This record gives sequence, C-alpha cells and structure tokens, in this order.
Amino acid sequence: MVDTLVNFGFGAMVLTFLAALYGIGASLYGHVQKDDRWQESARNAMLLTFPLLTISVVMIVTLLLQNHFDVAYVAQVTSRSMPAYLKVTALWGGQPGSLLFWSWLMALFASMVALRNWSRDREFLPWVTIVILTTLGFFLLLGIFFENPFFRLWLAPSGEVVEALFRPAGATLFTPQDGQGLNPLLRHPGMIIHPPMQYLGFVSFVVPYAFAIAALITGRTDARWIRITRSWTLWAWLFLSLGLVLGMRWAYDVLGWGGYWGWDPVENAALMPWLTATPFLHSVMIQEKRGQLKRWNMLLVILTYDLMIFGTFLVRSGVLSSVHSFAQSAIGPFFFGFIVLTFGVSIYLLTRRWDELHTETQMTSWFSREATFLLNNLFFIAILVIVFIGVVFPIVTEATGFIGEAFPSLSNVFNGQKVTVGAEWYERNTGPFWAALLFLMGVCPLTAWRISTMKTLGRNLWKPTALSVLVPVVLVINGMDNWLAVFAFWLTALVIAVTAYEFYKGAAARSRRTGKNFLIELVLLVGRNRRRYGGYMIHFGVVLMALGVIGIEMFQTETQATIGLGEQIVLDDYSITYDSLAEFDTNDNRNVARAVVSVYQDGDKVGELYPRRDFFYESRQPMTIPGLHSTLQEDFYVLLVDWQPISTQRATFKLYHNPLVNWLWIGSYVLIFGTMVAAWPEKETEAVKAVAREARAAASR
Amino acid sequence: MRKTTRWLLAVAIGLSVVLLGMPQIAQAQGEVPEPTPSDNEVNAIAKEMFCPVCENIPLDVCGTQACEQWREQIREKLAEGWTEEEIRDYFVQLYGDRVLSEPPRRGLNWLIYILPPLAFLAGAYVLYTGFRSWRRPLEQTPDAAPIHGAAEEQDEYVSRLEEALKKRK
Repeated sequence: MVDTLVNFGFGAMVLTFLAALYGIGASLYGHVQKDDRWQESARNAMLLTFPLLTISVVMIVTLLLQNHFDVAYVAQVTSRSMPAYLKVTALWGGQPGSLLFWSWLMALFASMVALRNWSRDREFLPWVTIVILTTLGFFLLLGIFFENPFFRLWLAPSGEVVEALFRPAGATLFTPQDGQGLNPLLRHPGMIIHPPMQYLGFVSFVVPYAFAIAALITGRTDARWIRITRSWTLWAWLFLSLGLVLGMRWAYDVLGWGGYWGWDPVENAALMPWLTATPFLHSVMIQEKRGQLKRWNMLLVILTYDLMIFGTFLVRSGVLSSVHSFAQSAIGPFFFGFIVLTFGVSIYLLTRRWDELHTETQMTSWFSREATFLLNNLFFIAILVIVFIGVVFPIVTEATGFIGEAFPSLSNVFNGQKVTVGAEWYERNTGPFWAALLFLMGVCPLTAWRISTMKTLGRNLWKPTALSVLVPVVLVINGMDNWLAVFAFWLTALVIAVTAYEFYKGAAARSRRTGKNFLIELVLLVGRNRRRYGGYMIHFGVVLMALGVIGIEMFQTETQATIGLGEQIVLDDYSITYDSLAEFDTNDNRNVARAVVSVYQDGDKVGELYPRRDFFYESRQPMTIPGLHSTLQEDFYVLLVDWQPISTQRATFKLYHNPLVNWLWIGSYVLIFGTMVAAWPEKETEAVKAVAREARAAASR
Repeated sequence: MRKTTRWLLAVAIGLSVVLLGMPQIAQAQGEVPEPTPSDNEVNAIAKEMFCPVCENIPLDVCGTQACEQWREQIREKLAEGWTEEEIRDYFVQLYGDRVLSEPPRRGLNWLIYILPPLAFLAGAYVLYTGFRSWRRPLEQTPDAAPIHGAAEEQDEYVSRLEEALKKRK
C-alpha cells in the first residue's frame, strides 16, 4: 500500500517535470519552425501539470494522514497524536513538502494560464509557456533530486538510518514508532493559512513576469501585457498582502513578544516582493494612461519575480543562520544560480529593448498624478533598499571574513563577525518613508493626470485638509505631547478625509445629474469604476492599519514582575492579580502551565485571562501563548514568563499595553475587500469586447 | 521533677518561638522583596541584545533557558554596580558583535549606517534629473488642457466602456 502511494506520488512528480521540459522544448521548436501545432502541444503540456501534481499531493497527504512513518517526511513533520487537519497542513510544515506544495500551486496557475483565450495574443504564448514552465521545472528539480517528500527511511547494514527513494543494498525499511510531530509554532490557525497565501502571492506573480518577458522578447512593447495581467497582478498582490498580515497575526498570537513585526529576515524576505509589487500596481497605471515608465515597469516586475525567488532562497537555503549552513545545503547554490540566471537574462532582454521602450509623452508638472506616483515609487524602493541592506549585511560581514584572514592588515575591517540588525535600525531608517507614503496617499488622489498646478491641487485639497486638522487640534487639547504621534495621526486623518471626500464628490456629482438617491449613486459609482474606488478602499484599509501601527509603535508600554498569589501588577490603567496556576499534561504530548489572572481596568474587574506556557515533549520546545483582553481601543496582553514549580506560589508575568493595535487587523479586512472590488473579474466582458470590436473596425476603416 | 520542668519549659519556649516565627516566615514568603534590580531594569538592557543561539528573538522576550541565564547574569552584574555599557561590552567580548541589536559603528559596519541615506539621495537625484529631462515647457504641449480632480472620471478606458454600454442599450 505504502509502496503504491509512494510510487504514484513520485512518478507523477517526475512526469510533471518531464512535461515541463517537453513544454519548454516544444515551445522553442514550434517558434523556430513557425509551427503552431508544437506550440499548441506545449500548451497542452502546461495544462497537464496541475492534474499530474495533484496526484502527488493527494498521495503525500494520504501518507501523512495514515501515519506512514517509514516515509522520511511523514516521520519528520507528523506524529500519532496530531489531529487530522494538522496532518494535512503538515504538507507545508517542512522543506520537501513546502517545495511540492509550492510547485503544485505554480502548476495550478500554469494550467489556468494555459486555459485562457489566446487568440488575441498568440505571439506571447510560447514565451509565457517557457517562463512559467522553467520556473515550475526548477522547483520540481529541487523537489525530485534534493528535497523529495517521498524518500523512505532505510536501516543500512551498518546500523545507520538513511533517506533514499530506493532500497540501498542490504538495507531494510525502517519504520519509527512515532514521528517527530509538526513544529509547535506552526500549530496555529494563522500559520495554517499563512503559507498558502504567501505561496499563492509568490506564484501568481510569475504570471505578470512571464507576460512581461514575452513582451520583451516579441518586441510588443505597448501596454498590452499590462492589460492582460492586470487582474493577475491584483490577485497576486492581495495574496502577498494577506500572507504578510496573517504572518503578523501569527507572530502576535504565538511568538509571545507583544508585537506583530520583528524585522526578522524571514519576515523581510516576504516583505521585499511586496515592496516592489505595490509601486508596480501604481506605476503600470502611468504606462496605461500616459505611455510613460515602460522601462521602469519592466524593471519592477523583474525585481518582484527575483525578490520572490530570493525570499524563498533566504528561507529555504539556510543562508540566514550562517554562510556555512548555506554551503552545506544541497539546494542553496542551485537557488543562487537560478536567481543570477533569471535576473541576468531578464536584464539582458530589457537592455535589448531599451530604446524601443521610450516614453511616449512628457511629464508636465510636479503636481500631476504621474509625478506623485513617481515619488511613491521612490519611497517604496527606498524602503526596499533599506530592508535589503539590513537582510544581506550580516551575510556580507560573515562572508567577507576571508579577506581579513588573507590580509591581516585588513582584519579590523573584515573580521568575519556576524552582526545582528535589529528592529530599531529598520524602524529608524524606514519610518520617514512610511510617513511620506501616508502623505502621498492623502495628496495623490486629488491630483489630476498630466497637469495639476499648485493652485488646482490646493483647490481640491483645502477642504479635506481643513477637516483633517481638527484631529491634531483635538489631540493636543486633550494633552497629547508626543509631537511625532500628533503628526502621524494628522497624516492618517488627512488620508481618511481625502478618501471619504473622493467618494462623496463622485457620488454627489452623479446624484445631482441623475436626481437619484446619494447612497444608490455611491454604490453605482464604485461599481462603474471598480479599479479606482477599489483602490481607494485599499487606501482606507491601509490607513486603518497605519493607525494600529502608530498605536503600538509609539504608545506601547510594558512591565514585568514576579508576584505571589493574590498580589498585583499595575500597568497604566490596567492591573492584574495572580489567582492560580495549574500544570498538567495533555494527550497530544504537551505539558501545559496555565495561569489564571484577573484583569482590572480603573479598579473594575473586566475579565479573566489565561496566559500559558506549552512545552512540547516531542520537539522539546516551549511556546508562550498570551492572554489577551482585546477592545477597539487597545489590547492588554499578558505573558506567563516563569513560575515557582510545584507550589506555584509565585509567578512572573510580562504585561503589554498595546493601544489601537486591533485597527491593524480591521484595516486588513478593508484592504481585502477593496482589492476584491478592484480585482473581481469584469462582468462587462461583452462591453469590453464591443469596445475592442469598435476599435478594430475603426482601425480598419 | 526540676529536670522535667526545665525540659518542658525548653519545649514550650522552643514551640512558641517556632509558632511565633511561623507567620513571619509565611509573611516573608509572601513578600519576598522584588529582586533588585527589577525585571524591568534587566529587560531594558536585554531588549537591545540577542543571544547567538536564538536567532532574531531579542533577549528580553526569549523563553529558552540559556536566555534566562543571560538575564540572570545581567541582573547579577547590575546588582554588583556594573553600568549598562560595561555589561554589554562583557557579552560582546565573550560572544562577539552579534549579541548587539545594532552593529557597532566601526570598520565595515559603517556601511549599514551610510548606505541607506546615500541610496536614497542617489534615487532622488536620478528621479529629479529624469523628471527635468522629461518635462517640457507647458506651451509646447498641445494636449495640456488641465483636467481637474477626480469625480468626473478622466479614465478614457472606462468612459469608452460606458459609452459602449449606452450604445448597446
């Protein structure tokens, strides 16, 4: 039975790999021979990848569910005591499974692309096929030859346990009594959805990249590739954003340090593609409307693709823990080679078309929409550069140690010491740019394309600005003396006012014209201009998230103390008393220490919290789960740090007061909704076709 | 008899000492004075430090035993009157620069403080010169009629679409 599952799963993986290779070859051959049939055949190969890899995924999930611990991956990420849903999610709980899962999602997108209607962009087909299948093929290569989830455990005659697909000479199958179980940190709802979202974001960005490369190769350098990939890009961006937000929520709930974002290299790896994808979403609009920034858009989509591979490389190759573990990892050098290759080829293609990608129109004003978009791009890229430096620098200091060794006179500079780049450095360096982006979000929607003067911009801006100034005034009157915070709150107020004003102005104008109800017109307005108003909704979501960030970054307070039963710790207007603590074992192999504390706000009891420490016997790993008293205004976050064993007379608690943090999560819902409004497939496909037909008729006339 | 009395007396005194002492002991257990220095003082220093094993988890919030011991060490040193800087230097000497949350400003590390502003200035300069070269005097632009604000959609694509929709009705 196990043999069949393993053989089918592995066989399907190999077949997919072969299909990818065939597709690449057939596309090239078809292109050279100018034979559509070969290209059609390559397209069919691309279509086949998803059903084939689905077989592999079904097989590995079955193995995971049925506790077949003689399969190395199953023994590594599951254990008998784990519930079934966790066994399914263990598919992305370890390296080999992650690679297969990644490939599977990539194959899903490959098949979807194969199914689209190609009649209008036939010339893109071979190149899109090649780019997508090369990416897929690369990940399958890693999955088949290096990190294979179907490898079995064998007991060699020497007594050593080895991982291999086929029986080594003289070896017998080795079946451990139980598996090691999923990393406890991954047993959280956020972590169950976070990786799929992150991966979906990554793989769906391959599609715009593939079309961009196809446009570069074919020389069709108009905005067609952008139009085709518009909704792919938006969905990809939504998935990337969701992946980030879910990761934040997971960190907040599980890692137990009172925050949501630690500027950890793994977090940064996921953030970097987002930092190029977001300006890309904006600057493609300039190309569509004004024919400008063609080169820049190409560069952004190439960067996003390679940053996504780079992110996967950082997380998967071990380069972060040390340069040495990277050199030892089987896949690290492969990844690095793939990034260099794809980036090099892309940049070469871009320079080949450099002159054709000239700007069609001129920039006319510093206050135009396109100028503010350019600034937006500058700030995003500035943040990207900072994050990139922060992530790469420790690797550089460690890796350049050899220079100091070779030239002792330089050993002071190149000492080979690994350094740490902590959160504060990132916050100090990126902070001004985030603020500048908030300001742009306030100004940009009121600028006009092509021409906007100080005067026209001022005319549009003064009403919402006047309204937004009320916020800092009220804050100062109420005694807020943190001027940076007052400024930040004013920025958020400005964005909210401008965004609301935009909706109001549009709907009021329609309502005056048609005489219909304002609210109905508001809905119609959004429905008719979904991309634009969906975009504003996203702005609205982002600014709510910014409120949460400002709250926790600027006003977080914390304290830690050890108290006896019945004693109290005070933090701001909150306090807790230590009521009791129980230590017990659970049937899923955990030892749980769970404290009961009463929470008082201004002296009134507002509830009980149960901060706890789980200790996982299998992985010998502790996990701190906070107790959370959550309101729209703030979170009161209690961690159990330590306790007196057995007597439990005394315990140490760490308390955090996180103002406004829930707006971070509320804002993310608005952001999701806004993106879906903007990205939902157009119903008016008929109308679009009619426009296209008209345009063609006009052209032929 | 006298012997017994003396013995009883001794027991009584002993017992009363024990009984009298017990609440005090109990009280002492309930009110062990806060360890000096306090957790908050220790955390203030630990916040800026990382142990070399637990990657990317600041020392003040790391739950492993090793990190707990480091925090105890900080507490001991603080009690002995060490300054924050002395404590940090002590850990740097033992474990290297990586225990600090920011690289010390010397040698190659200067790059990380100089590069971000330099890169931004370079980007801003490129944008500025680029923008100037793209820009043309207004009177030379034939299509330079100002288009105001937002409500009346200037998106040609959408307006064409809406026109097409109207025609179809």
